[in-house]
Amino acid sequence: MAGENQTVSEYIVHHLTNMTYGELPGGFERHDGSIISEGGAWVLARSGEEVAAMGFNAIHVDSMLWSVGLGILFCWFFRRMALKASTDVPTGWLNAVEVIVSFVDNTVRDTFHGHNKMIAPLALTIFVWVFLMNLMDLLPVDLIPYTLSLMGVEYHKIVASTDPNITMGMALGVFILMLYYSIKVKGFGFAKELSMTPFNHWLFIPVNLFMEVVGLLAKPFSLGLRLFGNMYAGEMIFILIAALFSAGLVWAIPAGLLQMAWAIFHILIITLQAFIFMVLTIVYLSMAHEDH
Amino acid sequence: MGLILVAAAIMMGLGGLGAAIGVGLLGGKLIEGSARQPELAPKLQVTFFLGAGLVDAIPIIGVGIAMYLIFVVAPGVAV
Repeated sequence: MAGENQTVSEYIVHHLTNMTYGELPGGFERHDGSIISEGGAWVLARSGEEVAAMGFNAIHVDSMLWSVGLGILFCWFFRRMALKASTDVPTGWLNAVEVIVSFVDNTVRDTFHGHNKMIAPLALTIFVWVFLMNLMDLLPVDLIPYTLSLMGVEYHKIVASTDPNITMGMALGVFILMLYYSIKVKGFGFAKELSMTPFNHWLFIPVNLFMEVVGLLAKPFSLGLRLFGNMYAGEMIFILIAALFSAGLVWAIPAGLLQMAWAIFHILIITLQAFIFMVLTIVYLSMAHEDH
Repeated sequence: MGLILVAAAIMMGLGGLGAAIGVGLLGGKLIEGSARQPELAPKLQVTFFLGAGLVDAIPIIGVGIAMYLIFVVAPGVAV
């Protein structure tokens, strides 16, 4: 645990705070008593009050580092494997990559019936990227944050998908693609679909419009929140079990066993959530391609 | 503050209840379906896991929020 004299709730809040880089307003008193000069300054937050004072002008450095880093890792690794692929019997990691690629390819073939060469690579990227981000959840909760706190980094969250900014950002990306392909494939038919279903009469246009727009907006919203909620709850339980270690030596072994049991169950959840995010993306884009 | 514990209990309890009924129905139908047509079993299983994952999301989010309420919003009451 970082800092010995923390209460359980302080420990949890500490673990749920992102490493935030943002603008503090002028005149704000920092944790060490220094005062921000007039006009504000961009600094790393050192306490929860500072994060709150930053408001909108802040970026979660750790989420960005881990998500972009894992994205680059995925691209580099899969490219290397793609270059190595041949007609010989695949070995080692190449085997795993081929299994993933053919699995995603089959899922796309089963679910997506339009003509679009971008869907399969998109689905593969989403699946592996979300999976890698979720996989960070299986690392012991204190391992990296505590190591970094010894080096002077106060807050650090390694699971990028427990940050709603990341998951909602991905969902927004999918939403923009949905709109783009709806307009590209259906053209004016998209407006007609929004205003003329389910009641096909001009009198019902406002009602239809309201219902369809709500339905449309609910898709990216639930997509992002589902991933965030699952990973957040999972992380929360990991942190709670880790907090048990503070209850003394008697609790060390049961807590270790609990941690392991939850981690094993969590392997299912992280894969399932990555898979669901991918399948729903394909389904939504497939709906965008259906021209009636 | 004590009401927060009641809120957390309702959140976890009702969320779990609904999801249990849902996953129960889903699993039962999966067994029925694959008993009738065993060759379709792998395909049904994928759909089953997709459905289970969708159903699973709400209670697990509820548990997360409930834990947050119990241990962070109302820490004094729990201990």
